[in-house]
Amino acid sequence: MTAPNLIVTASPHLKDRDTTPRIMWTVAASLVPVVLSSAFFFGISAILVILAAMLGALLTERALAKPGTLQDGSAMITGLLLGLSLPPGIPLWMAALGGVFGIGFGKVIWGGLGQNAFNPALIGRAFLQTAFPVAITTWPTPGGDFFALKGDLFAFPFMHPVSDVVTSATPLGLFKFEQKLTSVVDLVLGTTGGSVGETSALVILICGAYLAWKGYLNWRSPVSILLTVFVASQLLHWFNGKYPDGLFMVFSGGLMLGAVYMATDMVTVPTTNKGRWVFGVCTGLIVVIIRVFGGLPEGVMYAILIMNAFTPFINRATQPVVFGTRTLKEAK
Amino acid sequence: MAFFGFAHGVHPPEEKGLTSGLPIRRMPYPEEIVLPLRQHAGKPAKLCVRVGDHVERGDPVGLADGYMSVPIHASAAGTISAIDLWPHPDGSYAQTVHIKVDKYAVQLPRPRLVPRWEGLTVDQVVKAVQDAGVVGLGGAAFPTHVKLAPPKDYKVHTLIINGAECEPYLTSDHRTMVEYPERVHFGCRVMMHTLGVSKAVIGVEKNKPDAIAALERTRPKDLDITILPLTVKYPQGAEKMLIHAVTGVEVPSGKLPVTVGVVVQNVGSLAAIAEVFDTGLPLIERIVTVTGHGLTRPANLIVPVGTKLKDLLAYCDGVTPDAREVINGGPMMGMAVSNLDAPVLKGTTGIVVLTSDEVRAEKIYPCIHCGRCLDACPVFLNPSWLGDLARVKRYQEMADHHLADCMLCGSCSYVCPSNIPLSQLFQASKAALRRVQTAGAA
Repeated sequence: MTAPNLIVTASPHLKDRDTTPRIMWTVAASLVPVVLSSAFFFGISAILVILAAMLGALLTERALAKPGTLQDGSAMITGLLLGLSLPPGIPLWMAALGGVFGIGFGKVIWGGLGQNAFNPALIGRAFLQTAFPVAITTWPTPGGDFFALKGDLFAFPFMHPVSDVVTSATPLGLFKFEQKLTSVVDLVLGTTGGSVGETSALVILICGAYLAWKGYLNWRSPVSILLTVFVASQLLHWFNGKYPDGLFMVFSGGLMLGAVYMATDMVTVPTTNKGRWVFGVCTGLIVVIIRVFGGLPEGVMYAILIMNAFTPFINRATQPVVFGTRTLKEAK
Repeated sequence: MAFFGFAHGVHPPEEKGLTSGLPIRRMPYPEEIVLPLRQHAGKPAKLCVRVGDHVERGDPVGLADGYMSVPIHASAAGTISAIDLWPHPDGSYAQTVHIKVDKYAVQLPRPRLVPRWEGLTVDQVVKAVQDAGVVGLGGAAFPTHVKLAPPKDYKVHTLIINGAECEPYLTSDHRTMVEYPERVHFGCRVMMHTLGVSKAVIGVEKNKPDAIAALERTRPKDLDITILPLTVKYPQGAEKMLIHAVTGVEVPSGKLPVTVGVVVQNVGSLAAIAEVFDTGLPLIERIVTVTGHGLTRPANLIVPVGTKLKDLLAYCDGVTPDAREVINGGPMMGMAVSNLDAPVLKGTTGIVVLTSDEVRAEKIYPCIHCGRCLDACPVFLNPSWLGDLARVKRYQEMADHHLADCMLCGSCSYVCPSNIPLSQLFQASKAALRRVQTAGAA
């Protein structure tokens, strides 16, 4: 027998086939239907905005992070999610800048993948919201010619954007400022104004369900967020009819995208299953409070960012009960 | 069917089909037998032969050094050719007796070395089991006679027999139950008598229906032995998981099973006790599963203890060109062997040859806190958190988070998508903590 060329490694010597890049790329791939549906509603503009945000995110990851981290696919997801959270008419340089800021200040500065406390895509969006409050709240009306631009996409920095595009308020804006309700059917299908990925709740739900079934998404936080928002706003609605009803709240705005894709970012939400319930319920409550009582029409972004900050505390408070410690206490 | 299992755990590919249908065969004696004196948990045996001595099959070459020790016996007749430091399967070197095996020797059992069981008192049985060098054959090689005489402050009510064999690839316990069910029951009888218990439960994973059927068929009518089919899951055969599955009781953290009134024995150990009292020969050979996709001809073999791994693999027609790693034990908790001169020990359940496709990738990604390890850990630790602590060497904090309850089953490392060697980190942290504690005590 010839002596084989043997290696020695520590046990276990077997490994589940799933890898972190595979999880990331599957999540990224699951966003393709969402991107397609936004292209259906907003035309080429949606694609351009997403590409710009991705470009900013990927270039920043390439420039600032350790070599080889592009392949893990997490910068790709950040770019995609950021693009989906922006209005389709936003100047492209802003979208790209959001990607740069999201990766640079939302991730790399913390130490890269796995180290950041806040969702990088939401950091990028929060930055844009603060820096360009007008551009990020100009909502073009969906529909129309596929190649018609939805705004001054190719505007340069410091140029006053010239926009003659038809805009319309988002369902949440309509409700907040004009007390008009949008039908839930429109919300579910996505034929309403809003950001690129804020359109079809149905498509997002299906993609999320697929991920959960594959085991790449922990269903606990999205389910608890959606349930909390529904129950809390329905209770408010019964208490006083001037508040919107539960279904409207669940299907409007960025809640679906946020709950399914951002409140499930493993890095920035609690690790324990119990913690994910706590995270979801609290996020849902903050969303309702901001939307119903706050000055902004939409609060998903801030709700998730606020709860990201509490994640370490939730983790600490929801540690699993170690096998045999209960019986040890009883014995004493 | 009722659920007899535990929460969490993982489902690695079983790969038992390679050998589960192969009958146990005897391997011919190799030219040289190497017997390390350290083969069991506890103190190594004390050398009792000299170079040039001639030994018969079953003669001791090392004597038990105190109560937490067992003797080592010659597994073949021959001449002591050397006593030196020789590669041990754990990667170190150990004092080892070399026996040049007699050619054309009959190798037949001679007059009994172990007394007949009938009529022995409990203490005499315990002594006979120790003198026969019997240890737990499930891998840890804990001296069996110690388990037969539990501390008197505890009342043992149930004997649990571990036939789960949850490690992938291994089938030695499976084949033992299928081919020698009477031995399992006979060993069970000796154990129950010695422990003074009236109830025994044999836990077998449901993926071995033929073993369950064989045990049911041969079950002695006068004993209260239950054969319990268990959920197929790793690590179902871990002592505390098995006790939980059988009795529904959680063994308190840091305590021995005897505190909840049970003693756990491996199926192979029972068969060994039965064989020892049956043939009158001490424990000098065992059933080993030699398997893996990197091996030409997998087999279940009766192997003399002390057979070199290279002789064993050569008997199985050698390894394939893509063989990459040889594991002593199962692939989840076994140790990779660096030197094929190391021998089969009493605790060697199997030898698994993995191919380059199966071995772990080298690339490690950062922890993304996905929480899969939390869902895998059978004792409900937070491996993700412990791993973070291990990397910054905060060992005391790890101890506060129940590092001691980790049994290094490897479930967390198995599921980790970032390929973080969590159980390796925990093993190193446990060692570091021990060093700190010893230094503190000194």
